[in-house]
Amino acid sequence: MTVLVGYVPSPEGEAALRAGIDEARLRGEKLLVVNTSRGDAYVDPRFAQEPELAHVREELAALGIEFDIRQVLGGGDAAEEIIDLAEQSDVSLVVIGLRRRSAVGKLIMGSAAQQILLGAGCPVLAVKAAGQE
Amino acid sequence: MDNLNNLMQGFADVVAPMNLLLALIGVVIGTAVGVLPGIGPAMTVALLLPITYGMEPVQAFIMFAGIFYGGMYGGSTTSILLNTPGESSSVVTAIEGNKMAKAGRAAQALATAAIGSFVAGTIGTLLLVLVTPFVVDFAVSLGAPDYFALMLLSFIAVTSVLGSSRIRGLISLLLGLTIGLVGIDAVSGQQRLTLGIPQLADGIDVVVVAVGIFAVGEALWVAAHLRRRPAEIIPVGRPWMGAKDWKRSWKPWLRGTAYGFPFGALPAGGAEIPTFLSYTTEKRLTKHPEEFGKGAIEGVAGPEAANNASAAGTLVPMLALGLPTNATAAVMLAAFQSYGIQPGPLLFDREASLVWVLIASLFVGNLLLLLLNLPLAPAWAKLLRIPRPYLYAGILFFASMGAYAVNAQPLDLFVLLVLGLLGFAMRRFGLPVLPLIVGVILGPRAELQGRRSLQLSGGDLSGLVGGPVSYAVYTTIVLALLWPLVRRFVVRPLRERSA
Repeated sequence: MTVLVGYVPSPEGEAALRAGIDEARLRGEKLLVVNTSRGDAYVDPRFAQEPELAHVREELAALGIEFDIRQVLGGGDAAEEIIDLAEQSDVSLVVIGLRRRSAVGKLIMGSAAQQILLGAGCPVLAVKAAGQE
Repeated sequence: MDNLNNLMQGFADVVAPMNLLLALIGVVIGTAVGVLPGIGPAMTVALLLPITYGMEPVQAFIMFAGIFYGGMYGGSTTSILLNTPGESSSVVTAIEGNKMAKAGRAAQALATAAIGSFVAGTIGTLLLVLVTPFVVDFAVSLGAPDYFALMLLSFIAVTSVLGSSRIRGLISLLLGLTIGLVGIDAVSGQQRLTLGIPQLADGIDVVVVAVGIFAVGEALWVAAHLRRRPAEIIPVGRPWMGAKDWKRSWKPWLRGTAYGFPFGALPAGGAEIPTFLSYTTEKRLTKHPEEFGKGAIEGVAGPEAANNASAAGTLVPMLALGLPTNATAAVMLAAFQSYGIQPGPLLFDREASLVWVLIASLFVGNLLLLLLNLPLAPAWAKLLRIPRPYLYAGILFFASMGAYAVNAQPLDLFVLLVLGLLGFAMRRFGLPVLPLIVGVILGPRAELQGRRSLQLSGGDLSGLVGGPVSYAVYTTIVLALLWPLVRRFVVRPLRERSA
């Protein structure tokens, strides 16, 4: 069994990673870190660049957890990819980060977190960044 | 003095609230399309052309001038922060600009680009005011054979001097000339290449060609290459420069302007050559050679000044002779024609107020661009986060609407699609787009002047050689065409012998 973390290079993403690490240790399971981008904009701040990934890799290696980092490019949106992955591989828990969104923002862009919460076939742990209400 | 008075009158007209608003809209759109790679001022002017049919020509041109200058500013932001040039004229800027940004000096790079563009744009526009009347005086004395020769030079220049491959340039030019042939021949009344379709008898509208090649072609190309790894953008605060940066920048700005303006004004102009020359000059003259290749501010200041000065220079042959030297000027020329205004030496007599308002709006637009770009560069960079499907869906919508609005003919939409596929194929096989557009716009006019000369001489070919101007121009053409052979058979053997 594995714990899947939806990772983005932001405080929410870091919080999700922390929670994911704790859960994986607690359960004695593998950690799967997923970062996605549709790859249709010139710049995507939610796509982890190599230095950020290297940082995550180093940290996980130092902690001695069994882990895998997967970057999905050019597929569907983040929510679809994570739900698909959670179904395919043997995932016991999905960990995601939540951020504050305006009502209008959610109306127009939708919410990936909400899609995952409602659509995933396994328990979902949603965490907030430190210092956030 | 007369010109100065005209210019003052132009300023008085530009500061009318409606005109100022249009100048502002123009520079905002211009900067936005400059920032976005693949979408340039030429495509934008072509897309907006049908929308401006309801406006006064003056107002439309104030907006187009803003887009033209804005595109030159916006391109540098993407070059510096993303290492992807927004426009071909900012390719050189990316070399040092992105290195500067990676070294944490993005704010200074953006500042020297914006202020250098302003300085060069202002000097360039002043030169435009000073030089154009002389070119007009000279142009009035030219006859049909001279014009024909000048247009031939234009064709040769855009195909064989610019761009990497002459054969590709010539293919593109030939395609353009062929599209320009479609319609009823003005002299004999014969139908040419109309395939028996009555709607084609008037020819294919230049707007449809420009929108098809630029907008639809680019949209198809992007759709075929949609998924790609998002690039890393370098975060930056408000652009600023220290005293040391000013000291290192002002000379490159002036030298860049000195390169840019004449190259823009030549029929073989464009912004690519002067930006490159400016870069190599700064590299040679710098007091900090160790910084070149690692982010030298001179390597950003010079080329950015050069591309704006060349934008101003481009307007000299466009206004005075009716000869476009880059894609945006070509589309603006098409805009003049669609308003029934004949560009050329008589423009300054017949449409004096229009020309001077246009020039005055360049000064105003330049100032607006500095005010917009200096504090807001990080905000402009956010445009790059827009998913491209949204962007190109909008462009395709505007393209189809515009192409239909020209003549309200459904056939134009099919023509648009065919030309879009042609534009896609040209990108696929690396054919440059500029010669095609120049061919479509100048082809019919070159034919007119050439036949006029032949009619005057009663069909004798000697009628094509008018005066000293045409001799000089034909010599230049021959030299430009023969240069590769000369280099191959004369220069290289000589060098090998001496080696």
